[in-house]
Amino acid sequence: MKWKSLAATMMLAALPFTAQAVEPDEILDDPALEARAREISKDLRCVVCQNQDIDSSNAGVARDLRLLVRERLVAGDTDAEVMEFVRARYGDYVLLKPPFKLETYALWLAPALLLLFGAGTVIVVLRSSRARSVADKLSDDDERMVAEILTAENEVSS
Amino acid sequence: MKRAIATLPILIALVFGAFFLWGLNPDRDPNAIPSVLISQPAPDFDLPAVESIGVPGLSREDLFGNSDPVVVNVFASWCVPCRAEHAVLTRMVERDGVRLFGINYKDKPEDARAWLQNLGNPYERIGSDLSGRAGIEWGISGVPETFIVAGDDTVLYRYVGPVVGAEAEEKFATALAQARTRNGGNS
Repeated sequence: MKWKSLAATMMLAALPFTAQAVEPDEILDDPALEARAREISKDLRCVVCQNQDIDSSNAGVARDLRLLVRERLVAGDTDAEVMEFVRARYGDYVLLKPPFKLETYALWLAPALLLLFGAGTVIVVLRSSRARSVADKLSDDDERMVAEILTAENEVSS
Repeated sequence: MKRAIATLPILIALVFGAFFLWGLNPDRDPNAIPSVLISQPAPDFDLPAVESIGVPGLSREDLFGNSDPVVVNVFASWCVPCRAEHAVLTRMVERDGVRLFGINYKDKPEDARAWLQNLGNPYERIGSDLSGRAGIEWGISGVPETFIVAGDDTVLYRYVGPVVGAEAEEKFATALAQARTRNGGNS
């Protein structure tokens, strides 16, 4: 009984997180088109609440854009054409995946370059530490010094 | 070689430092979205008038062939900052002789009518954008937004948010003055 009520409570508590921004009146009758619309919406940035895709945003403009995406799909556009339609109006900024071009080379290539740089540093450091060969025997001078210290210690303690 | 490696940390610190300095610049607005419309022809749109206010509607043709740059302001009666901006726009029209066009964004005609009767109408033309589709064509993210459009319908400037306060008004006035000299240079 306890378990059941606990499970029920947890399910109820999780309910708000399943809430969708997509409202019932927006959803297309054709499930295939609707699925494509959802996929496209997930790659489009909401220009009001930036860093959120329009699929999960409750902003007015996001809703308008969702409707627009569906309208273009119904009109027979391909996914790429729909993306281009929105991009032409809001710029590259609405694409959650920025295109690879001159302005974004730094963005796309920096991680790889930093990784290469880091790996290079690690290799150089490891190599140089291995090159510094560790002597496994004391030199004659060292031996003599140790002997002197030991005899001095012995004399003090005895 | 050793010496070159020794300077690396300093170089890295400099690069990162410059990046942070750039990031900390108070004039930089990380939320600003560059408009694709700048230096492009105005988008295609055709909006009917707001019912029974006696002001004609607005379409792309109205932005073409003007001798001076015009200001296109997207507003709504439900938008609180628009109320504050209304006074600024009215002053621009009355004092500076700016030609002001309006896009009434997702507004009930009766609300828009009451709002304009209450505050006065500085707009020469007002297009009623009930669906918000023209707003998308203009790439707006909210209201108010204000554009400066050259006489040949090239969009020159976009201001996001209300043009209210000394700093914003000065920014906008500077952009407008630049637009006017550009127009003068063309003719």
